Parts: sequence; structure tokens; C-alpha cells
Amino acid sequence: MASLELRNIVKRYKSQTVLDNLSLTVADGETLVLFGPSGAGKTVLLRLVAGVIDPDEGKILIGGEDMTDLDAEFRGVGMAFQNFALFPHMTAFDNIATPLQAKHSSQGTIKTGVESVAKLLKIGHVLSHKPRALSNGQKQRTALARALVGSPPLLLLDDPLRNVDAKLRFEMRLELPRLLADRGATVIYVTQDYKEAMALGDRIAVMSQGVVKQLGTPEQIYREPANVEIARLFGDPTINLLDVKPARDAKGIYVGLSNVQVHLAGAHEAAVGRDCVIGLRPEALAFVDERTPGAIPVTVEAETPLNEKIVTLVRTVRGREILVSRPSGTPGQSEGKVYIAVDSKSALLFDRTSGERIGSKNVVNLRSGEAA
Amino acid sequence: MEHTSLLERILRGIALALVVIFFMFPIVWILMMSFQTNETILRIPPQLVFEPTLANYTALITGKLMTAAGTLDIAFMRNLWNSVFLSVTSVAVALLLGVPAAYAFARHKFRGSEDIAFTLLSFRFAPALLVLLPLTLYFQKLGLANTYIGLIWVYQLICLPLILWIVRGYFEDIPADIEYAYRIAGHSWFATFRKIALPLAGPGIAAAGLLAFIFAWNNFVFALVLASADKQPVTVGALAFITSSGIQYGQISAAIVLSITPTLALALYAQRYLVEGLSLGAVKG
Repeated sequence: MASLELRNIVKRYKSQTVLDNLSLTVADGETLVLFGPSGAGKTVLLRLVAGVIDPDEGKILIGGEDMTDLDAEFRGVGMAFQNFALFPHMTAFDNIATPLQAKHSSQGTIKTGVESVAKLLKIGHVLSHKPRALSNGQKQRTALARALVGSPPLLLLDDPLRNVDAKLRFEMRLELPRLLADRGATVIYVTQDYKEAMALGDRIAVMSQGVVKQLGTPEQIYREPANVEIARLFGDPTINLLDVKPARDAKGIYVGLSNVQVHLAGAHEAAVGRDCVIGLRPEALAFVDERTPGAIPVTVEAETPLNEKIVTLVRTVRGREILVSRPSGTPGQSEGKVYIAVDSKSALLFDRTSGERIGSKNVVNLRSGEAA
Repeated sequence: MEHTSLLERILRGIALALVVIFFMFPIVWILMMSFQTNETILRIPPQLVFEPTLANYTALITGKLMTAAGTLDIAFMRNLWNSVFLSVTSVAVALLLGVPAAYAFARHKFRGSEDIAFTLLSFRFAPALLVLLPLTLYFQKLGLANTYIGLIWVYQLICLPLILWIVRGYFEDIPADIEYAYRIAGHSWFATFRKIALPLAGPGIAAAGLLAFIFAWNNFVFALVLASADKQPVTVGALAFITSSGIQYGQISAAIVLSITPTLALALYAQRYLVEGLSLGAVKG
């Protein structure tokens, strides 16, 4: 009912192109996360869809209908702003009621509508307060309630958890997917937090400098990032990136890491003889016995326990620093000389100059969201 | 308050008293003069103790000015009414025109918007006398000289730029997202202007309106040139107290007291709308 289609959207401010020929399709009922650094054009894109700014070129279709030239009030979308944007002179109740008032609903309908959504978001007890008397968490929930109350088929959430504290963010990260799924609405969710993106998105669109660099499921983005930048953005601790030059011998393609030949599984033919960067997720590295083939000698520099996992910083003989992550409770050494081995299947190779991933199978490297 | 010694408090009290006396003295003196006859006012040395008289006020209200040379008709009450009418109408017109214009300038960057806004402000730079001569000629041609409409129109030179620029700033301070949120909720731009922008800029509009009222009220030169006796405000009307038999200090003082009363009352009334920080807590950051 409310799929969203963006066709070749261009938006410029003065000479700067904020969105560059961007196309994107969001299926009905799908949650698409727009992820990217600030200045990537995420918020601008959201505002274009909401109708508060106009694109210079391109078309916006909501539910198959061309809404490009329609004013915001006729598009029937719900939006929650990063800065909440509550009406300071109205109570929380009146704030939440505004979308219903616009539909000229009866007083009774408004009352039940507001109260049910307030109950859902646990702000029933503060409905008579004005925004200035609300805590940040309550403001954020009020803003969310205002976006949800009219049951809009298309929901735009602009980094709604940005300005709330870590505890609340964690709670909402668990709560939101259920809440959004119950509504059955199509959702576009903007965030800069990769964990939020992974937790909430059916698909993630990674944006940078006004274009979608990669579009895919959270799994795809994590396992097969389109370039070094995306690989770096997803994952905590950050992916290890080391300069290598893959070569081939009788056993296949290998890279030299600290004078040890590490053979890679997967199709990396294209990388042979090129200056590359190898991406190794910390959890794809493991401490091993020195007799293990491909074991790399390293020295432990520091160890950081992070509740469910332990992150160890090690240094290779050539002085390169590598992070190794292992689940808590598994054996490891906290000092001295150790050996690590690489899970060669999950190694990623990137071209050193362009940063693009040198592909094996299933490469999802989409520009402007063309279908896979 | 931390520990303040008695001496410190006394000194502070004295200092405050001095400041208050310094600033309030002219007003208090005028108030006292308004209850005295010309003779007691001009006594040397001046005396603080006198027999109060309401003669000055009765003269103003009845319009009969007793001088040594005889009785003079003055139109003070008429002047006062003119002042009220001209100022109120001018500010009302300026608000009606200026507030929507200020909103447009604040929210929409259209071609030449800055130039138009600046041109309107530049009305305040031009010396009034420079504008007056051509204006008088035009007004005489157009039949606007010595009419209320003409005066109210000219008063827009005073009120409109003031309101436009002050209110514009207040509109600009409202985060655009708040208005966007109301639009997205399904309301028209006009509803957004009325229900969101106007209430939030309310203190600014009140302040600008008050300021414009004071400026209009105190205007002298436009009314002096463009209005004849029956349309003149108090500022011009006060000239009548300089009579052939001397300056009527008592009546002037009474006239001043009467003519600052409306502005003072308005200022006191508007004060409660001048609360700042109405938009606090609307958005984060």
C-alpha cells in the first residue's frame, strides 16, 4: 500500500550536490535503514520524502502515486525528528493529537487515539506536561507517538535515538522493531549507529556523499561490504586493515602476513599481483598453537574485556597492530608471544587505491540501488 | 545571597537609592509641577512643600487655559485622542502588514528578499525632514495632507520597519523543524503560521508592537508638518502651551503626565507577554 520509490533524485544547495541521482525502492511494510556519516544526505533524503523540501530533479512515488509536487500535509506520512521538534506551547497530549486534529477527528477519537499510543510508549502519565517539563526520553517518545498516532502507512524516523541516553537507546533498540512490525508500516529509519542499523533494518542503505554506496541486508553489508569505508563503519571492534599484495602458488592465492603465507579461501583471482588491503574482522582471528599451518607470531600489547567478549591488541613482528576478539571464557593469553591464525574464508580484499572490494561471489555492489 | 555585612547592605541601599533618585527625579519633578501653579513653580529657590492644585488638569480637560493675558482655548484632550487613535491604528496596520511579511522574510528566501527587507529598514536611516518635503508635496496633490489616513500611512515609516525586523528575528529563532512537524502532521501552511509561528513569536510581536507604539506616540515632526490643529497629536499640541504671556509650566507638566500615562499603562500591560524563553525545550541542542 505504501511502498516508496525514489527515481533519480537530485538535490543541490548552491553549487553543492547533496543527493546525486539517487534511486531507491522500499517495499510495503519493509524497514529500510539509511546509514552513513553525517553530511551523507540522509536527513535531506528524508525531508524530500516528507515533502518539506523539494528535489531539483527526480520523482518521489509513495504507494505508487507521484507525490513529487505535493505539499507535506497531503502526503500522509509520519515523521519523528532527531531533535524531537515538539510544539513547546502545547502539552504532550496536544502534541501527539496534531495529526488527528488535522484529519478533523472527533474529540473522542482523538482522546482514544492519543491515549492508546501513549500507553504503548509508556508516556501516559505525562500527557498533561508541556515539552519543557519532559525528560529527553519522554520527549523522544512523545515525538515518536506523534509520528505513530495517525497510523501513517509510511513512517520516517530521523535518528530518533540520537539524543537520548545510552540506556534508553538500548531499550528502544529492542522495543522499536516490535513496535514497527506491529504497525505494519513502511519505515525509513536514519541512523549513524551501526548497531541500530543492524538491529532494525530489513535492509540497509549505506549512504555517503549523496549516493547509496551499498544496499543490502545487514548480513550482506557486514559480510560483503562494498568498500573499505563500509567495512570500517560496521563492526565493533573495527575491522583490521592491512596492506598486502596477494600472490599465487600451487596451493592457491595467498597473502604474506609477517612472513607467513596465509592462503585465502574464496575467489580472489582478480586481486593477484595488485596492491590490496586485507580486511580481517577481529572475530575472524583466533589464538592458535604455533604448529598450526599459517600461524602468525605476534606479541600481546593489551587486553580489554568487554563483557561478552575479550578484545586483545597484538603487534606483529613488523610492528603492525591487530585487534583480536574472542568470546569471554575462551582460553587466550594476556601477555607475551602468541600465535594467531586467520579464518581465511571471511577475509576481505580491497583495492588499495579505490578502496573497492575485489569481489568474490555474491558481490552486492550497488550504485544508486539498482536491483541485485 | 552570601554573608553580607550590615555595612555592605547599607551601602548598597544608599547606592540603589541614589540611582533611583537620579533616574526618577525628572519624572517626579514633573509630577510635582503638574500640581502647582506657574508662580510656585518659578519661585526661587524651588520648594518641595506647596499647596497642590488641580487647576492644571481642569484647564487641560475643559480646554480653557487661563493666562495672565486672558483665557485661551486649547485642544489638549482632542490632541490626546488623536495620539491614541493615530498610534493604535498605525501599530495595528503595521502589525497586520509587518508580521506576515516578517514571516515571509524569515522563512522564504526568494529573489530580492534581502534587498526588500533592507529597503524597508532603510526608511529608518533617512532623516525625517529629508523625506518630509517631497512627501508634503505629494500628499497635497493626493489630498492626503491633513487626513488621518495620510498620517497613519506616514507613521508606517516608523512602525513597519521596526516590527518587520524585530519580528523577523523571532520567527527565524523558531526551529524550522517545529513548523515542518506541524505540516507533516497534515496542517496547511496557514494553520502552521497561526497555530505554531504566531504563538511562538508572541513575545517578540508584543515587544515590537510596544516599541512601535512608543515611537509612533513620540513622533513629532511628521505630525507637525502634515497635520493641522484638529489632527495633531499631543507632541505637537504641547506647543500651544508656549503662549504670548509665557510658558505654562504647570499645564505642560500636567499634559506630560497625561500623555505618558497611556504608554506607561501599555508597557505595564504588555510586560507579561514579554516573557522570554517560550520556545525553551522544544528541540534538543
